[in-house]
Amino acid sequence: MAKQVLSFTVNGEPVEALVQPYVTLLDALREDLGLTGPKEGCGTGDCGACSVHLDGKLVASCLVLAMQARGRSVTTIEGLARGGALTPVQDAFVRHGVPQCGFCIPGVLMAAAALLAENAEPSEDDIRYAIAGNLCRCTGYTKMVEAISEAAGTARNRGSARGA
Amino acid sequence: MRRFELVTPGSVDDCLSALKGRGAEVKVLAGGTDLIAQLKVGMLKVAAVVDLSGVAELRVLEGDARRGFRIGAAVTARTLERDAKLRAALPSLSESGALVGSIQIRNLATLGGNICNAAPSADMAPPLLALDAEAVIAGAGGRRRVPMASFFKGVRQTVLGPDELLVEFAVPATGPKSGGAYLRHTPRRELDIAVVGVASQVSLADGVCTKVRIALAAVAPVPVRATAAEQALEGQPLTSQAIARAADLAVEAARPISDQRGSAEFRRHLVRILTRRTLTIALERATA
Repeated sequence: MAKQVLSFTVNGEPVEALVQPYVTLLDALREDLGLTGPKEGCGTGDCGACSVHLDGKLVASCLVLAMQARGRSVTTIEGLARGGALTPVQDAFVRHGVPQCGFCIPGVLMAAAALLAENAEPSEDDIRYAIAGNLCRCTGYTKMVEAISEAAGTARNRGSARGA
Repeated sequence: MRRFELVTPGSVDDCLSALKGRGAEVKVLAGGTDLIAQLKVGMLKVAAVVDLSGVAELRVLEGDARRGFRIGAAVTARTLERDAKLRAALPSLSESGALVGSIQIRNLATLGGNICNAAPSADMAPPLLALDAEAVIAGAGGRRRVPMASFFKGVRQTVLGPDELLVEFAVPATGPKSGGAYLRHTPRRELDIAVVGVASQVSLADGVCTKVRIALAAVAPVPVRATAAEQALEGQPLTSQAIARAADLAVEAARPISDQRGSAEFRRHLVRILTRRTLTIALERATA
């Protein structure tokens, strides 16, 4: 079967790739573009480890065909920090020691970034709701919630939650 | 994933051309949260997939409580959850969208996909049934409208022909004194499947109930209306006693099975409780 040309924007840069029509966005990002931040946990949309932003919306990239991203914009964990500086939520994850094994963390950060982009003052319930689609089997949710809450405050103090 | 050809139509007519004469070897892809998962595990084997993401008409969302709504088959669960007009005018449907999967899933999963997958537990089915919605289906001979009450034929079976495409849902005007609610029982709030789901919609005039709809999920091979309970309420004031009696009658419409999610007896209990709760919330919203 012939590969197809996939033209889309990845982490702000225009990208072209040759992909099979039956390949998922997750596999194209990892195998063809070398972006191994998004992970395959379950492969069925239940664990959130593959979470990326597609046109700014949080999606499970294991359930999206690569060709469905044609002409659209994808952001992965690799594109969250711009210019080498961590975003407040990434910085808070480091300082709070959130990652244990780390496998779920790229997905959790993408979920947190999606939350903070639309809600600058999330309550604890809001935060838990926003990361409910991300499973952490080290069971480190408490520190995640603390770090996201602190990052929201940091971003607010800077006058904007943009890019949090 | 097994190999398949991907077709990317730009219009409903192009979709119909892609489907024509190919039967079960071709499947349409809306949100993909059921289809891609089923293709991955080999539950489905197809020669071609028709990607609906380029068909703008399928994402139509317009209307209000006075005129009714047109809701495209590819409107996402997340849109149902967050659209301010839908939340205000059709809270039961909005609530059902908010309960599906996780945010990652809701940004992909569509109303049409939830309905066409035709799981007995589909969360968006009871609200559409309770709202007297119709499915608008495109085929070679034009478009036909099928009331949701006759859309489902069995577990994972619908009236859709192999050459047809579900385009949108027509939700009639609910009127000024109408309210609805959807509740389900699940052990976990997110990423779970309804043990039982119940939607209620009530309309009031002069202190009595002029119209009521109660629809149940996960208690029969297809989502069902609790018509005896509805008839007991119509023309009556919605007192707590009348609601309790209707909740008892709703149990008679359920034909649940026992499975790993719950026993038939537990499901009948849930129908009674959730019918009472959704009617009570619907009444509050109708009088608000």
